[in-house]
Amino acid sequence: MRHRLWILLVLLAFVGVLHAQAIEPMPFTNHAQELRFQQLTAQLRCPMCQNETLADSNAPIARDLRNQIFQQMQQGKSDEEIKQYLVARYSDYVLYDPPLKAGTVLLWFGPLLILLGGAGVVLMAIRKRSRTAMAAENLSDSEPTEHGDDW
Amino acid sequence: MSRLLPFFGFMLLVALFGFGIWWNTGHDPQAIPSPLLNKPAPAFTLPKLYEPTVTVSKSDLLGKPYLLNVFASWCVECEVEHPVLQAETPTLGVLLVGYDYKDAPEDAKRWLFEHGNPYGLLIADQPGQTAIDFGVYGAPESFLIDGKGVIRYKHIGPLTADVVATELKPAIAAVLKESP
Repeated sequence: MRHRLWILLVLLAFVGVLHAQAIEPMPFTNHAQELRFQQLTAQLRCPMCQNETLADSNAPIARDLRNQIFQQMQQGKSDEEIKQYLVARYSDYVLYDPPLKAGTVLLWFGPLLILLGGAGVVLMAIRKRSRTAMAAENLSDSEPTEHGDDW
Repeated sequence: MSRLLPFFGFMLLVALFGFGIWWNTGHDPQAIPSPLLNKPAPAFTLPKLYEPTVTVSKSDLLGKPYLLNVFASWCVECEVEHPVLQAETPTLGVLLVGYDYKDAPEDAKRWLFEHGNPYGLLIADQPGQTAIDFGVYGAPESFLIDGKGVIRYKHIGPLTADVVATELKPAIAAVLKESP
């Protein structure tokens, strides 16, 4: 048991090393700022590497942008201002949460449309079945069919 | 009819997947549409690569259109692009400005010595901060900037002979027509 604990500890230490390599420490003024920084960079997408956030990415451009965000935080810029700064340069691509606008209406409401479409198909199928079931009942009132109470 | 419904559903999915494949082969999913297109290029002041004490700024280059080509010695794709630049530069009709991005000057000079230097002017952005204003996220990238300092065309990734002929040259022709 103790043996296993040691292995676990050693592995955890490696995780720490990996993390330290990916994100260099920054001189935050306080813990709240550090949390805010982590939260903000986790919402932003690295322009170079589609599937990584700025917080995770080890790409040089992600490092530069993290530095830029850090500096702007020191200057007292709000999260919204920093996002605007990045969007002005790298477009909405950097936002993991796409804004609602003309070009993204389908993205926002497409799933709802598909859901409604699916509900429509199901509704039609149910109606049709109940109609055919009723017709079948009318035809053979005396001898109920095996599938009569499927629905 | 209702028996064919699952088949139609299946065909719809096939069509959707087919569209997905077609869409992703037709365009580069990594290419970010630049919000800077047809907007004034960001102001910059950067040292020359071969004369680090002399700086070049955006206002110095106003008046004539130029093609700003972001490259670096560490950039693999730039080696793909370089022969095209070498071959096409004499017939482009605009100044080719080399933008050395996040590079040690010695490395850039060695790279240019090895591969040849098609640039009319070379500026160096070693910290890479100005490049953020240009929305640069990787090299190579090319910006066509007109005489008024407006970005008129942008290409991400290596310029190929095909891209030069079908996109860049028409864009240059349009810019030159306005301000010869």
